[in-house]
Amino acid sequence: MVEETIPRRAFLKGAVVGTAAALATGGPAPAQAQAQAPVAAAPTPVGAEPLLTLTAIEQAFVVAAVDTIIPADALSPSGSECGVAVFIDRQLAGAYGMGARLYRQGPFPKAKPELGYQLALNPREFFRAGIESANAWTRNTYGKDFDRLSEQDREAALKAMEDDKAPFPGFSSRMFFDALLQITMEGFFADPIYGGNRDMAAWKMVGYPGLPATYREQIKTYFGKKYDKPPRSIADFS
Amino acid sequence: MTIILKEVDAVCIGVGFTGSILARELTKAGLNVVGLERGANRTTRDDFALPGVRDDLKYAVRQELFQDTQMETVSLRHSPGETALPIRRLGSFLPGTGVGGAGAHWNGVTWRLLPTDHNLRSHIENRYGRNAVPAEMTIEDFPVSYDELEPYYDRFEKLLGISGKAGNLRGQKIDGGNVFEGPRHDEYPNAPLEMSMAGAIMDKASRELGYHPFRAPAANMSNPYTNPEGVTLGACEYCGHCERFGCEANAKGSPQSCILPVLLADHRFELRTHADVKELVYDKAARKVKAVRYIDLRSGEEYEQPAGLVILGAYVFNNALLMMQAGIGEQYDPATGKGALGRNYCYQVSGNNVTVFFEDKEINPFMAAGASFGMNIDDFNGDNFDHSGLGFFGGAWISAGTSNGRPIQTRPVPPGTPRWGREWKKAAAKWYNHAFNIGASGCNYAHRENYLDLDPTYRDALGRPLVRMTYNFHANDYKLAEYIGGVLGRIARTMNPTVMSSPAVRRGNYNVVPYQSTHNTGGTITGTNPKTSAVNRYLQAWQADNLFVMGASVFPQNASYNPTGLLGALAYYAADAITTRYLKSPGPLVQG
Repeated sequence: MVEETIPRRAFLKGAVVGTAAALATGGPAPAQAQAQAPVAAAPTPVGAEPLLTLTAIEQAFVVAAVDTIIPADALSPSGSECGVAVFIDRQLAGAYGMGARLYRQGPFPKAKPELGYQLALNPREFFRAGIESANAWTRNTYGKDFDRLSEQDREAALKAMEDDKAPFPGFSSRMFFDALLQITMEGFFADPIYGGNRDMAAWKMVGYPGLPATYREQIKTYFGKKYDKPPRSIADFS
Repeated sequence: MTIILKEVDAVCIGVGFTGSILARELTKAGLNVVGLERGANRTTRDDFALPGVRDDLKYAVRQELFQDTQMETVSLRHSPGETALPIRRLGSFLPGTGVGGAGAHWNGVTWRLLPTDHNLRSHIENRYGRNAVPAEMTIEDFPVSYDELEPYYDRFEKLLGISGKAGNLRGQKIDGGNVFEGPRHDEYPNAPLEMSMAGAIMDKASRELGYHPFRAPAANMSNPYTNPEGVTLGACEYCGHCERFGCEANAKGSPQSCILPVLLADHRFELRTHADVKELVYDKAARKVKAVRYIDLRSGEEYEQPAGLVILGAYVFNNALLMMQAGIGEQYDPATGKGALGRNYCYQVSGNNVTVFFEDKEINPFMAAGASFGMNIDDFNGDNFDHSGLGFFGGAWISAGTSNGRPIQTRPVPPGTPRWGREWKKAAAKWYNHAFNIGASGCNYAHRENYLDLDPTYRDALGRPLVRMTYNFHANDYKLAEYIGGVLGRIARTMNPTVMSSPAVRRGNYNVVPYQSTHNTGGTITGTNPKTSAVNRYLQAWQADNLFVMGASVFPQNASYNPTGLLGALAYYAADAITTRYLKSPGPLVQG
């Protein structure tokens, strides 16, 4: 896989002004499959974001994963077009990724799931190991890394992990999938100041108005009525 | 080298609600008081300012205002035979740290207990027979009755400016208030909050079923309010960022908004932040805590602060830890049933809920006040319904409403929807503004095998053992949850929603991952017997006359209600006993 790293990274950089699906998959098939479907306007083109911590292979995985979890359609651009991959890179590079607010003293015996996270790995290390395992599993099952799979196969692969049917060494594929889903939704729905939810696409999708959230009058005037004001972000007030 | 400081009249460990109330009452009585707070100072102006205070990721998800588990956490096992493991990341409960404690980031639901919650054991024995309480259910009466505590509940409600409507004013039952509550001598200090759509739907359905809906008492200000301390609180903005956040409008009753402005202006009070209390210096023969040792986290220096009076107002677990380490009472042992410290640790039976979806109704979940912004019923709470033949005691307060629409954590989709992909997107977009929860918070009655002690393996950042929680749900909890699940289903069906989830019922082991409530109680309980309780009715330690223990760690069991109203009332009750009796004649206020 090593020899592919640089070309793939170069491809990703080159693709940033391309279509969502091309960026997502590194392959043309899904883009064509979706050509007829109405797709929400892509937000302002994403500049080539420098990676803070993810390797090129990891980034390719993350882009493909968030675009499978949040595919482009009439409701929103894809996860990566919304900046979710950028969000994940930044989160894993920062305090959260380094294990802030995570008690890390041993011993670390095997535990019931009701006792919560019991590994020595911080989130950055956890995602590193999880992405390695996921790619190893898709190579074994489909002959390719996850990001090289067709959309249909990516969906099937994520479903297998979600259902714990993809054996991983160490922690389970379900545990990895749950963490991946969680951080993807965080990136999609968090305030855009963190790099995801670009142009507040996720907030527009559900109708969440964001800030300033001062509704003392509206609580009465909008009783039973849809509140249709465009959302605003922390950045709009800073 | 420990630096020994000059003795002060009183020291408060923790500057949250109870610490600031006690400090205020003691300084008013002329004492010089030092407040030791392990965290930083937090002010409305600097820490809770717009727009940053609305940062969902930072506060609600990354847990900015909560206790840092790298410094302190607790360990858990489900039964005495197992090995406990540390709770490495907070989930199930979220203790606060820093000035204001959890009082800075709570939602604001402020209950009084039912009169029968106060005399729980004797009430059940009187109504259902002397042998009705199973042997393993180690419930007790609170030594303080509802009637005795009523003026102090009132005082705490007036400090915070609680919004609500009385349902029992001096014995007169009032529709629209909680007709099951104990008699109040006065109305709530602030009018009820505005009605939400979810609340209106709940109101209608529960009336159709013959229940008695009312609005939960809320520390979210329906109108600006000036409290008896002369401090003015702002009006709630219905911002939907209450629990887990500070309030920029001073519109949530918190130490910052209610009491710290006067306390910090008093020259008799000195606040020391970053002062992490490590241990109590206990003189067993003299029955006194002579001093408090703490680390200044800014220098690493250890200080010993001698004090005439010591107020222990940390969170439940640290109250227990400090008393256990100092040996102020005997450790509870579930095998023998002997010992007081650690006994009757309780939580709550939450996780019972049903989500209802209405295609044609706009819920606007993001416009919400914190305190269960909807309607509640108490028809199935405590002993408000006949338990004959049910096989369990206790009940739940049931509530339908919205407290926020922050979409990282709140984006309901109908049952059967995938968690991701195109179908999920469609459902999330379609239903976000058209759904709400009906939830139930169940009581948790003490069980012989649920308790706290010191962990033999894991340590905190100061090198102390973690508190070890031995805890699980038991038969009473599971039966209660099944019963309440049936009620939730009935209410949901009566609402006639487009779609509803099947009622989730609490089953299986206690799980530390999903948030349930920060309503941990017990471990240093109040009682009438020094062998089975840590503190007397005035919250004075049986074995250290100058040590008074505040907070929910003194509850002998947990009612279904949020604990803040009760712990605030008990703080005023204890403060009254200290200032009117103890200071005049220091010594045991109850003979043990």
